[in-house]
Amino acid sequence: MVRFENVGLRYGLGPEVLRDLSFRIEPHSFQFLTGPSGAGKTSLMRLLFLSLRPTRGLITLFGHDIAMLSKDAVATLRRRIGVVFQDFRLIDHMTTYENVALPLRVMGHDEDGFRDEVVELLNWVGLGERMWALPPVLSGGEKQRAAIARAVIARPQLLLADEPTGNVDPSLAARLLRLFIELNKSGTSVIIATHDIGLMDQYDARRLVLHEGRMHVYD
Amino acid sequence: MPDAYVAAEREPASPPPKQAGKQPLPRFHSPIVPRHSVAGRALVAVVAIMTFLAAVTTGAVVLVRSAISDWQAEVAREVTIQVRPGAGRNIDADVAKAAEIARGFPGIAEVRPYSKEESARLLEPWLGSGVAFEDLPVPRLIVVRVAADPAPDLAQLRKLLPEQVAAASLDDHRGFIDRMRTMGRAAFLGGLAVLALVLTATMLSVMFATRGAIATNRSVVEVLHLIGATNSFIAKHFERRFLGLGLKGGLIGGGGAIALFALMELAGRRLLGTATGDQFAALFGSFSIGVIGYTAVVVQIVLVALVTAAASRRTVNRTLETIH
Repeated sequence: MVRFENVGLRYGLGPEVLRDLSFRIEPHSFQFLTGPSGAGKTSLMRLLFLSLRPTRGLITLFGHDIAMLSKDAVATLRRRIGVVFQDFRLIDHMTTYENVALPLRVMGHDEDGFRDEVVELLNWVGLGERMWALPPVLSGGEKQRAAIARAVIARPQLLLADEPTGNVDPSLAARLLRLFIELNKSGTSVIIATHDIGLMDQYDARRLVLHEGRMHVYD
Repeated sequence: MPDAYVAAEREPASPPPKQAGKQPLPRFHSPIVPRHSVAGRALVAVVAIMTFLAAVTTGAVVLVRSAISDWQAEVAREVTIQVRPGAGRNIDADVAKAAEIARGFPGIAEVRPYSKEESARLLEPWLGSGVAFEDLPVPRLIVVRVAADPAPDLAQLRKLLPEQVAAASLDDHRGFIDRMRTMGRAAFLGGLAVLALVLTATMLSVMFATRGAIATNRSVVEVLHLIGATNSFIAKHFERRFLGLGLKGGLIGGGGAIALFALMELAGRRLLGTATGDQFAALFGSFSIGVIGYTAVVVQIVLVALVTAAASRRTVNRTLETIH
């Protein structure tokens, strides 16, 4: 599904923040991406959702060499990836329902065809009664769940979550982890970037550890 | 798992709108690009003000051009016969004969000899009123209005007059008309230069204001980009939204200018016959910018809206490039 071969990344003329990364993400797999602050987790996540291009090496995503893709092809490929941002990135002038339905609208789907599915998902994440609310009035936990719902509504093959439990209390963090495990069981590959050791200890999964720009894989 | 999840961490929710006890279906009502924003309102204000200024400048240029054209036509419809006094000549007889020749010439609509007193009054602004004009060799004037159709052969009249009345000569104001034409052309070109500057300032202001408005929506562009929207999808929505804002501003500004010109035209008609009205009419003609002027204003409204839309597309594309 995802293959990195000797990937390096530097910003401008600065030092390499990621060095010689070589690893694979298999279909239906679950892994934590961890490491100390500044180790390059967010940079690696940005490479994974095609927001950055590597300065060297090869990245293959769903069988495509990303260096060879046009902008439109990248956009199409990105629809197969769900991303939960650390800062949620919900659109403030849209309701919770509209935020969650946005990826489907972008894909050009008819609202009559996806409305029930969006409502069902909102109920599933506990936002059934908040679907008319705008993000500024949602609590941190609600925003987190809305961001997760938006990331999974289009049934992505790969789900990336950057510090998804960074803004919530431990009990909600545990519940969100269970949500990701459920999604993984339904067929989605999941990568959770976190430095929360307690969260990782709750589920036995592969760990990708970044340290000083290099990766160590613990299966 | 979902039920357990739902049961936990439920926080106070805003009550959904209900109809007869049944929850209505949600709908995707919101536009992709926010409809109301401070930046959007500021953009409309900038577009409106700049379109108004550009339209007023256009109207002024059209008015100046039309007024100069009217002045030229007015002056060209009139020629003057000058009869100089001379030793041993009866100037009254010379004036009468020259007027008779002019009246009999084809293409002459009206001939009006100025009396001695009228001729003297013409000199009063320069010589004062206490001068004994009887002692001065003051030439006499005959004002001749020419017909539009058939036009008289003024060259023939200029040749004929001195043959019949030695002291008479014809002045068709050609030198004055040439100077006026040059002045009019200079004023028109100056007006066009000012219009070009105003239009350039309008376009630049609109472009910068559009960029500012889009900068406030950068997060929307980023989210759309990251959830898989193509660049053309994002640009199309922004372009449509900003075309609407540009049209709104353009209609307010251009519409205001059109209303102003219409009011001035109406006021000009109402004042016609009064001293002020006649003065304005002498300077600006009918005070109407005509079909050409109104069409130019409408074209400007459309142009400004298109520039706003194009600037938004360009800015969104540049924003997307920076995201990469």
